[in-house]
Amino acid sequence: MGKIVLMQGNEACVEGAIAAGMRFYAGYPITPSTEIAERSALRLPQVGGKFIQMEDEIGSIACAIGASVAGVKAMTATSGPGFSLKQENLGYACLAEIPLVVVDVQRQGPSTGMATSPSQGDVMMARWGTHGDHPMITLSPSSVKECYDLVIRAFNLSEKYRTPVIFLMDEIVGHLREGMEITPEDEIEIVNRPTVLYPDPKRKPYQMKKGQLVPKMAPFGKGQRYNITGLIHDESGFPTNSNAEAEKLLHRLMHKISDNYEDIVQTEEVGMEDAEVAIFCYGGTMRAAMSAMEEARAKGIKCGIFRPVTIWPFPEKELRKAAGKLKKIIVAEHNYGQLLLEVQRVAGSMCEIEFVGKYNGSVITPEEILEKAVNSK
Amino acid sequence: MTVNTGDVSKKTQKMSDLIYKYMRPEHLPHIWCPGCGNGIIMRDVAQAIENLGLSRNQTIIVSGIGCSSRAAGYMDFNTIHTTHGRALAFATGIKLANPELEVIVIAGDGDLAAIGGNHLIHAARRNIGLTVVCMNNNIYGMTGGQYSPTTPTGEFGTTAPYGNLDRSFDIAGLAYGAGASYAARGSAYHVQQTVSLIQEGIRNRGFSIIDVASVCPTYYGRKNKKGSAVDMLKWQRDNAVTPEQAAKMTPEELHGKLVIGLLHHTQYPEFTYQYNELIERLAKEREDHE
Repeated sequence: MGKIVLMQGNEACVEGAIAAGMRFYAGYPITPSTEIAERSALRLPQVGGKFIQMEDEIGSIACAIGASVAGVKAMTATSGPGFSLKQENLGYACLAEIPLVVVDVQRQGPSTGMATSPSQGDVMMARWGTHGDHPMITLSPSSVKECYDLVIRAFNLSEKYRTPVIFLMDEIVGHLREGMEITPEDEIEIVNRPTVLYPDPKRKPYQMKKGQLVPKMAPFGKGQRYNITGLIHDESGFPTNSNAEAEKLLHRLMHKISDNYEDIVQTEEVGMEDAEVAIFCYGGTMRAAMSAMEEARAKGIKCGIFRPVTIWPFPEKELRKAAGKLKKIIVAEHNYGQLLLEVQRVAGSMCEIEFVGKYNGSVITPEEILEKAVNSK
Repeated sequence: MTVNTGDVSKKTQKMSDLIYKYMRPEHLPHIWCPGCGNGIIMRDVAQAIENLGLSRNQTIIVSGIGCSSRAAGYMDFNTIHTTHGRALAFATGIKLANPELEVIVIAGDGDLAAIGGNHLIHAARRNIGLTVVCMNNNIYGMTGGQYSPTTPTGEFGTTAPYGNLDRSFDIAGLAYGAGASYAARGSAYHVQQTVSLIQEGIRNRGFSIIDVASVCPTYYGRKNKKGSAVDMLKWQRDNAVTPEQAAKMTPEELHGKLVIGLLHHTQYPEFTYQYNELIERLAKEREDHE
């Protein structure tokens, strides 16, 4: 049994990240994610890591990428306005294949919006925010405990697939304070990036052997002199204008994620065994959904919850399988209907789809979800 | 590419040695226009590294976007070609993550002082141990000749068809004002002096900036009737004044002159060194407590 502590979601995110091996944090203060920077500033030098408060959000992600290039697991955190600013360099990390965890504690928007109010309005930005086609992994925690455990998985996936991972929190989870058990160290799986030190100088830095998921990465200063660029590059790491090479690289980047869907995608299903109505929700909305489900069950409605833990890639296989047995899916999210589009795409022809959305800074109540469940045909 | 090593003078031979040692000949010739000053400045950086005997494996070259940024790809070190304006922020991460590394940033005037201006003043303020070499050509060359933060007032660019209304930045002065511990200015013409200024910048333990006047005959020169590349280099020769001379000149006399040399050098604790001291202090406090 691990130690039981009272902790806030933002703090748990930092503790989990440190447990995962994060030793570098670069950030800029922004509500409601600031506690992540504050705790990193306090904790990192205690464990031999580095914290830096950068001059802006763009510099923060750039700095974290730099640290990762030097071989250190790095993280940055922000909220909506800052997440908008980070998008260009997020794409850089995708293309150059630099492991990195980017936390977005979502707040109401657009623009400055309502800085202290919850939202889940950045779901599509997490997937499509940076320009150009790119792969993306996004995970969404729904409790303080999950902030701790899932951020470890975010680091592991980032290292394994050499790609940035978005840890998509929301104000509800970030500022929630609850008791949690610290996962004992021996129960934590840590994945480190495939690394190559002092290789054959002829080795091409982005070359892959058969069966390898990603090219091995040489930390700067550890023996291989090579080039990293945000330009389309070939295996040598140098820019190319070849359409064939561009296609090859883009194809490889997209497929390293899509071919490993089973490894990356996680969902949680509660009461889905006999469910006829499912609440589709994620992040902080889970709590209202749990109450709604219990109340619906008390009224004799066979209600369950389908929660994507991995938001991107979207868990379409799991949802399709679940939808086959359902009469209705109630999509509950704190936005104007973002993952609703994905649910409609995947399950729209299989069952009725209803929507409970909140985008005014208030939270979805169990009653609002329950109402849609009760009025089931 | 093949470098002609047959039947050349000793001096040329020495130069191609430098190419083979510090450049990636397979990626040459470079993309810069004939007459561009950037190649000279890139060579100055390589010469400074040679003179200091830096380890190639431990030296990192970081660049942003623009003409200057292509230098990273040609130089045989650990090189990273980052996003526009952000070279200093990437470099900050590399240096702080591993302070053992020698991190040199090559940037252009637009890259460093416009889109990257915020990173410039704050990296200088932190006095983090980076050496910045600015290939300052007074124009956005890669995009075809728009006015930059160092285009002199009244001069022309494709986006200043009636003359530039803005005042221009003194990049070295800006960085020094923000807290850089070393600031100097060189030029594409003054090779020997620029090499030694870069060398001293690398040796300085803190944030160093060497603002090097490049020449862009293709865009800046053509738009402003500055003549050929050689004419532009001769202009640098004929209009250079030392900081000592400049101190005695009036602002009117200084107008249109290039102040070349060491501008400022002070001692101030370096950021990553201070951070490591913090880590050691916390470790010791914990030990004492236990």
